[in-house]
Amino acid sequence: MNIVVCVKQVPDTATERKLRSDDKTLDRDAVDGVVNELDEYAVEEALKLKEAHGGEVTVLTMGPGKATETIRKALAMGADKAVHLTDDALHGSDALSTSYALSQALKRIGFDLVVLGSESTDARTGMLPAMLAERLDVPQLTLANKVEIEGGEVVIQRITDYGYDKVAAELPAVLSVVEKINEPRYPSFKGIMAAKKKPVETLAIGDAEIAADQVGLGAAWSEVVEFAAAPPRAAGTIVKDEGDGGQKAADFLASKKFI
Amino acid sequence: MSEILVLVDHVDGEVKKVTLELLTLARSLGTPAAVWAGPGITDAAKARLAEYGAEKIYVEGSGDIVDFVVAPKAELLAHLMAEKSPAAVLVAATSEGKEIAGRLAVKTDSGVITDAVGLGEGFVAEQSIFGGGVNVRSRVRRGTPIVAVRPNSTAPVAAAGAGAEEQVSLMLSGSARGARVLDRVKQEKGARPELTEAAIVVSGGRGVGSAENFSVIEGLADALGAAVGASRAATDAGWYPHQFQVGQTGKTVSPQLYVAAGISGAIQHRAGMQTAKTIVAINKDPEAPIFELADYGVVGDLHQVVPQLAEEVKKRK
Ligand SMILES: Cc1cc2nc3c(=O)[nH]c(=O)nc-3n(C[C@H](O)[C@H](O)[C@H](O)COP(=O)(O)OP(=O)(O)OC[C@H]3O[C@@H](n4cnc5c(N)ncnc54)[C@H](O)[C@@H]3O)c2cc1C
Repeated sequence: MNIVVCVKQVPDTATERKLRSDDKTLDRDAVDGVVNELDEYAVEEALKLKEAHGGEVTVLTMGPGKATETIRKALAMGADKAVHLTDDALHGSDALSTSYALSQALKRIGFDLVVLGSESTDARTGMLPAMLAERLDVPQLTLANKVEIEGGEVVIQRITDYGYDKVAAELPAVLSVVEKINEPRYPSFKGIMAAKKKPVETLAIGDAEIAADQVGLGAAWSEVVEFAAAPPRAAGTIVKDEGDGGQKAADFLASKKFI
Repeated sequence: MSEILVLVDHVDGEVKKVTLELLTLARSLGTPAAVWAGPGITDAAKARLAEYGAEKIYVEGSGDIVDFVVAPKAELLAHLMAEKSPAAVLVAATSEGKEIAGRLAVKTDSGVITDAVGLGEGFVAEQSIFGGGVNVRSRVRRGTPIVAVRPNSTAPVAAAGAGAEEQVSLMLSGSARGARVLDRVKQEKGARPELTEAAIVVSGGRGVGSAENFSVIEGLADALGAAVGASRAATDAGWYPHQFQVGQTGKTVSPQLYVAAGISGAIQHRAGMQTAKTIVAINKDPEAPIFELADYGVVGDLHQVVPQLAEEVKKRK
């Protein structure tokens, strides 16, 4: 089975994230980049599926030069090879452009299964897996917390507000995973060393037949008009429980008309 | 004024509150038209949609629409967009709503904005990003605006519309039948309001200590008529089901009141609750970061404070 895992480098959630004042895009230079946490679950699931069913795991990332760190991490976990889609023309791409660019790269690479984390921690739109399924015209198996493959059919548990749906589709398909699906492995020392020798192919937009006028900030279907730091919350009242903490909290709720 | 399509969120034939919020928003920007996808519409549901301003109700009632994942609903909305040329399309910013919006945007070559917490003239959307740290105003500049609006972004206000029903029949494409729903498994926890829609949410974290002890959290939630939420530490431990997780990789909630008990207030948790209007925290560690957000905090053992608070709420109601 030919599995492609899409991973994204994102700013560390623990650091302060900012928008650039010039073009109102995320300032990626100002912060440490880490693998989008949910993508580690996607890599883990891809590796597990490969271990169970054979095949190959290719990592695909779109992002600036420094995103190679993210590729190395996925390779160190055990992926076989990587494709890095990188081009200045891609800077500022929104979800629609990104899904278009990735779908073009995926068509070039070829796949039986595309695996992604259900969302990224920076943009958090949660739309990319569904958009990819639409663009690639393959079934959408998203928000999975369990995956089984049998004879070309994939069955997942798709998490919903009320529990989960059992959903089935034929390959090829797009799969997105949530964090309860597995426990991502840590790269071993051997894995880290081996990763250095694994092939990483670099693609510019022309290599993947990506039209320049459909990507980047200029092509974005939506735009940030303005932004500002959220005003800090006013400091609250903190009391120590002296046996009447519940009553005091009730007084507060009553003062706010909640009771 | 032009039509604004509002995709109806419904469960067991009942219209969810978020749809009434979307209709209220749509009324301020155009003429709301509700879109009902799937079987099970009732007269009561139609009356409800009309009560909140739906001038039209488009109904595609076939089972196919809900028996396949997401794609059919996007196809239905694309069909209506081609036919009715609406000024905008609004959906609820739930996981599924955002997926529908994403596919619809691709199909119709239209811009999409997710997680709007407000929507104004020119369909300029307000968003709260980076875990609540930055407020953004953004707009669609290509195609018809598709906006996924977070539950609790506005208060639903009734204002009668005609509610004229129009049947729509869609020929689903083969592509939309790719992912089949085999079974729907309900793991609900009592008859509480839904987490993302609830006006009050009471959440428990690692400090709760065990699955059994979540009855303490549920006790307060029931006294307040609230939904129950949980931190990732609590869902990871299996104390509470995953769909109740609040935070970066769980649900985002914007209730009027959020009560956090035994939750430290990690950035990933804050990302899911920072836009709550009022925050109350109960934690035995005075240094817990959750107190930085709290409008009211009690430093103490939640096993003492929470039951006492629940009793007090019941007494005063
Ligand atoms: C990719 C990623 C995604 C994540 N997504 C989420 C998410 O969606 N939601 C989420 O919540 N977290 C998420 N996290 C995890 C997050 O970083 C924290 O680990 C988690 O929120 C901690 O949960 P907690 O506050 O319950 O536990 P802890 O941080 O362990 O805090 C427990 C708190 O309970 C207090 N306490 C203990 N006993 C008592 C008592 N008897 N009475 C009162 N207080 C008591 C302690 O003082 C402490 O402050 C994510 C992490 C990652 C890496």
